[in-house]
Amino acid sequence: MPGSVELFIWYLGTAFELAFVVCSIARKSFFNYFFLNLYMLLTVLADVARWLVLEKYGQKSDQYMYSYYYTDALLTVVLYVVLISLFSRVFGELRFAKHMRLAAVALLLGTAGFSYAVVAQSEPRLTGSVFAYELSQNLYFVGIVLTYLLWAAVLKLRETRTRLVQIVLSLGVYFSLYAATYALYNVAPQYGEVIHATGAIGCLLPLAWCITIMRYSEDSRLAPAQLLAVPR
Amino acid sequence: MMAAIILVVSLVTLMMFFVSYCRSLMASSASHALSEEVRDVTGIRSPASGRDFTKVMQLLQLCPERPADRMGLRAVQIYYSFLGAAQSTISRMAPAFRSWSENERAGCAYFVAVVLDKRISLSREMLAQQSES
Repeated sequence: MPGSVELFIWYLGTAFELAFVVCSIARKSFFNYFFLNLYMLLTVLADVARWLVLEKYGQKSDQYMYSYYYTDALLTVVLYVVLISLFSRVFGELRFAKHMRLAAVALLLGTAGFSYAVVAQSEPRLTGSVFAYELSQNLYFVGIVLTYLLWAAVLKLRETRTRLVQIVLSLGVYFSLYAATYALYNVAPQYGEVIHATGAIGCLLPLAWCITIMRYSEDSRLAPAQLLAVPR
Repeated sequence: MMAAIILVVSLVTLMMFFVSYCRSLMASSASHALSEEVRDVTGIRSPASGRDFTKVMQLLQLCPERPADRMGLRAVQIYYSFLGAAQSTISRMAPAFRSWSENERAGCAYFVAVVLDKRISLSREMLAQQSES
């Protein structure tokens, strides 16, 4: 079983995920941010599934390893869908919104193909969990690039919706922290303990989204000029 | 090699998103007009100064917490410390950075003053409710 601190962070993360869904319902924003809520509900389900496997087979078992990495990869794909839904909100009714969704699907399939190729080359015996790990790691990096593009679009289109701006920025912080943790783990395996920080990082996203939904209404607006670090 | 590139890019984007997140928090409180009482207590006149930050933080400790403020406050505190560290290093090489970071620190001070204002209002409401009951 994981240590008491790790378990506490796990339960805290699950509580924040549920809190986000409750806050969305309380603020009548559940369907406005449907994919965000769907992601949080699936994360809670994944937490429950992992916990059941952990209880039955133990932390060092292959079953737990499979359940952890497969659910992680699936959740990363859903988070990618969340990102695309945010793109759709920012670009709204622009003509190329449909093409953008097609490009996103192509990018997702391309990332999956690339991950498969990397794993097939380096691993003599291809296992599913290694592929799932590689896919998650690559999708986090693609997520950073897409969030960066989305942020550039927010600034360019002078987006003023406070909720949308803060949801995009917290997603950017989350993707960057996750990708940096995975990369540090690969660059310097001697600091392997850093991978345990992912639990705490996982708490940040639902907490930041909760605060955004509770603090600001759908009508709250920001002046785009105040978001630029260097005034134009 | 690839992992090292990903690490560097992630750290750069982390910095960029974190700074933007803090700026969006500060921007959302910029339209809030401080009450005369908070201006008197903190000594903040418009515009606020970066030096007011520490004083306002000390005053904040005296008021009951609002859970909704905690994370934003923590983020802005980290941003303020980061600006302080950057100011003492980068501004030697780029003097223009000093005035920009001073503006940012003033924004941080104004943000915490707004939090203080809200906490005082909350304390007032709680006292009023208690005296009613």
